[in-house]
Amino acid sequence: MSSNDPKFVARAEELLGIFRKGAEFSRELLRENERLRGELAAVHDRQETAARSPETWDKLRKELLTRIQSLEEECTTVRERLDQVERENNQFAQRYIEIEEENNNLANLYVASYQLHSTLDPDEVLKSIVEIAINLIGAEVFGVYLLNEETGELRAVACEGADLETFPRIQLGQGLLGKAVAAHEATCWDAPQQKGDLSQPVVCVPLAVHDRPVGAIVVHGLLAQKSGFTPLDHELFNMLGRHAATAIFAARLYSQSARKLNTIQGFIDLLTK
Amino acid sequence: MAKYRVLIVEDSPTMRQLLVFALRRLRDVEIVEAQDGMDGLRKISSDHYDIALIDINMPVMDGLKLIRLIRDEETLKQIPIVVVTTEGADEDRDRALALGANEYLTKPIQANRVLSVVKGLLKDNG
Repeated sequence: MSSNDPKFVARAEELLGIFRKGAEFSRELLRENERLRGELAAVHDRQETAARSPETWDKLRKELLTRIQSLEEECTTVRERLDQVERENNQFAQRYIEIEEENNNLANLYVASYQLHSTLDPDEVLKSIVEIAINLIGAEVFGVYLLNEETGELRAVACEGADLETFPRIQLGQGLLGKAVAAHEATCWDAPQQKGDLSQPVVCVPLAVHDRPVGAIVVHGLLAQKSGFTPLDHELFNMLGRHAATAIFAARLYSQSARKLNTIQGFIDLLTK
Repeated sequence: MAKYRVLIVEDSPTMRQLLVFALRRLRDVEIVEAQDGMDGLRKISSDHYDIALIDINMPVMDGLKLIRLIRDEETLKQIPIVVVTTEGADEDRDRALALGANEYLTKPIQANRVLSVVKGLLKDNG
């Protein structure tokens, strides 16, 4: 690299700039140093003058004590203000955590509700219920039961974690589960000794439309990482109890009316041939 | 143009929607969804992604196989992978991490936990 090289010149200019800034900074420091020396000398002079005269010394002493007291008061005020700000910060942080959790819960409820009502296909509704139970509640072994209104019997129509045929049939109003379904409110029990024991439920969520039983979700086992039920889970139980029931009811009605429509259409086609 | 592109590979529509909800809180993010491992592989091979969230139990191709294929591919091996799964056993976690997953989250998920993990990995990758 020669001294005529533009890169060399630019680099040299850069270095000179840095040195100039350093020099300027040093000059500033020296000026500041000079000013402070002057102030210090003035203070020394005052002290020496005051030391020669008791009245002046006393006056100076009083001034200093007043100044110290004023500074101490200011310090106390600032500390109190700081404590107050810290408390407010902690409150905001706590509130933020609460709002985050609430937001999370609302998102879960919204998604669950959305999925349930996004279809009028009965099989798709059941599939959504199964997904919600696995992914949002953390159920590992469970059955989705539908009620036969004529016989009053609840039979599993969808499940996870065990074969469908192994889920027991439930008579509405009878036995542990039958009574829980008839109660229209989610019922929780302690986890069974053996996970997936179909004779021992962990939670029963009755599905009802206007207090008219439609079915139930009965959980017999939770995922390993799920230690218990949270407030969100109870909110989901409440939501499922209403919305899953409505979704199933609506899907069934739609399916029935679609079949009837097809039948009537076929009849009309026959008559008009 | 979005700053980050996130791929979600998950067969459950409920879960996909929940993850999208959580990740939308990131600024400047574009989220792409895939409904099984094969769909995920097609998408990750044909476009650039800054991070992938992958379920394990999926039809057509499971998540572990997908992770293995991603890590075997020279152009894809640096992509951070977060596993989001129902499998909570330690051996499942160890297996996924051994195959190359960066983080392992179990369902049911907490949205802020997902967000925190994704933010951390995106920051680490610059």
